[in-house]
Amino acid sequence: MTPLTEPAIRVRDLGKTYKVPERESGLRASARSLFRRQTKDVVAVDSIAFDVQPGEVVGFLGPNGAGKTTTLKMLSGLLYPTAGEATVLGHVPWQREKAYLRQMTLVMGQRNQLVWDIPVADSYELNRAIYRIPEQEYRQTLDELNALLDLGPLLTKPVRNLSLGERMKCELAGALLHRPRVLFLDEPTLGLDVTAQRRIRGFISEYAARNDATVLLTSHYMADVEALAERVIVIHHGALLFDGDLAALVARFSPHKTVTVDLEHPVDHLDRYGEVVSVDGLRATLRIPKGEAAAVTARLLAELPVVDLSVTDPPIDEVIDTVFSSGDEPAAGGVPVPEPERVPEPEPAAV
Amino acid sequence: MTDLVVLYRAQFKTTIASQLQYRGALVIWIIGLILQPVIYLSVWSTVAESRGGNVDGFTASDFAAYYLTALVVSQASFTWIMWEMEYWIRQGNLSPLLVRPAHPIHQHVANNLTFKLLTMAVVAPVVVVLTFVFQPNWTISAWTALAFIPALLLAMALRFAVEWTMASLAFWITRVNAINQLYFVVFLFLSGFVAPLDLLPGPVRSIAEWLPFYRMLGFPVELLLGRLSPTQAMVGFGAQLAWLALALVLLNVTWARGVRQYSAVGA
Repeated sequence: MTPLTEPAIRVRDLGKTYKVPERESGLRASARSLFRRQTKDVVAVDSIAFDVQPGEVVGFLGPNGAGKTTTLKMLSGLLYPTAGEATVLGHVPWQREKAYLRQMTLVMGQRNQLVWDIPVADSYELNRAIYRIPEQEYRQTLDELNALLDLGPLLTKPVRNLSLGERMKCELAGALLHRPRVLFLDEPTLGLDVTAQRRIRGFISEYAARNDATVLLTSHYMADVEALAERVIVIHHGALLFDGDLAALVARFSPHKTVTVDLEHPVDHLDRYGEVVSVDGLRATLRIPKGEAAAVTARLLAELPVVDLSVTDPPIDEVIDTVFSSGDEPAAGGVPVPEPERVPEPEPAAV
Repeated sequence: MTDLVVLYRAQFKTTIASQLQYRGALVIWIIGLILQPVIYLSVWSTVAESRGGNVDGFTASDFAAYYLTALVVSQASFTWIMWEMEYWIRQGNLSPLLVRPAHPIHQHVANNLTFKLLTMAVVAPVVVVLTFVFQPNWTISAWTALAFIPALLLAMALRFAVEWTMASLAFWITRVNAINQLYFVVFLFLSGFVAPLDLLPGPVRSIAEWLPFYRMLGFPVELLLGRLSPTQAMVGFGAQLAWLALALVLLNVTWARGVRQYSAVGA
């Protein structure tokens, strides 16, 4: 992770603007569009820049439509950007050189890469041929993946007979047979139950550590990001909003501290101290502006019959929610440029 | 080269296993494949008999020989890539194939050849049975039988390359099926499938000989049955090779541009 080494992923002013057909409703508009197609520009990714060092695991956050998947697709070579440049392991991704494709993997949560009708193990054999994995290395990797993910009984089943969680495990293992040095994971835990999510998370961090792999992952589940990534990149409306570690994200975007007090007996007018979030018996939770936290805590201890008191940062979900709903503050690195039209207003952050 | 051998061996294993999963669908496909030429054969035999034994020199058993050979050639050369490609592109299923270090065409070549191999096991005995039913007038000599093999292989390669190129239009056109339909009508007519080209008006045959469709079906059939002079045979091979070369160039160009287009609009 020394900044002296060449970054594994290097992104500069990368942008993607889609041209989408636009048409008013109604018969007359339909007829007109027969002759002249109206298109409008939709900015999906707007001049973002960042570096990822080899071996780093980075969480890529943003609400739906923020441009996460578009960015991952550009970095994995599926999409041509409309502006800027990027290199991954020294290759320009969208040139799709075989030397590059052999070293990276793209896992999209809802996309199937395994062959639907045949046993998982047979699909893996096909991958072995496509990625030209030497027999011995293949056995070894498969054994390792098997041990980490407990694939044993699944390997002989046709993919269509697997449950969603089982399939995701097999998809992930299949995507890693060639031991990629860079992993792009788009919602790898989408739709999985909590146990399966935890399992996949554990596996990803284990794989990254063992192979010194660089991972860029998007997820709707904050737990994924908290467990896996020390560093997060937040994008919103296609622009970079924040790039740094999780603690710094909270420090920067959460203006509040949460103070929880246990009291000896009920007390009135707790709202003198701050915003009362909840009162549950003798336990009260207050939200206090960060700058006043020390002073208010001192007052609480001096003036009230306090049995126990704790000061915490609000849950990361809440912080992210604040970030996304508050909006368009420019980031340190990314410079949002005023553009003709933005991506449609995203849904509320589902983090 | 050895990489390709390894790749194809693995692809074949996968496609055979996949296709055997759907034996029922396979049988229905085969029935369709067999019925089409048998219907043409029945119609033309009936016409021949009602005209006192022949149509422009084609007797019922000439038609039988023509269509049973056409059955084998069309079974060997037909592809379904135009429908499959549209599905791949529209559903986004092409994306995972593009981030692999192998050209998606290999998967399709393997898929196609596997299907041919599996169905040939049914088509061959059916042809034998139909031989007894329709009593074809086989006029096959040693040299035509020998020449038939490269002509058939070139017909397969040519049709695959042309139809893959046509299929690539799906990158630009969302509803490419209309074009596919038009292509097949033209193919049926000018390839010599609906009627042997000798039965069509002279100018039509001349036009057909300049186009690739006849080289995909009618040419190998007529070659095997000894209906072509050695000169016509040589010209035919030349035309097959020339069309194949052109089709391969077009295939490469449209594929490269198509993928670029796909990547531009949102893979």
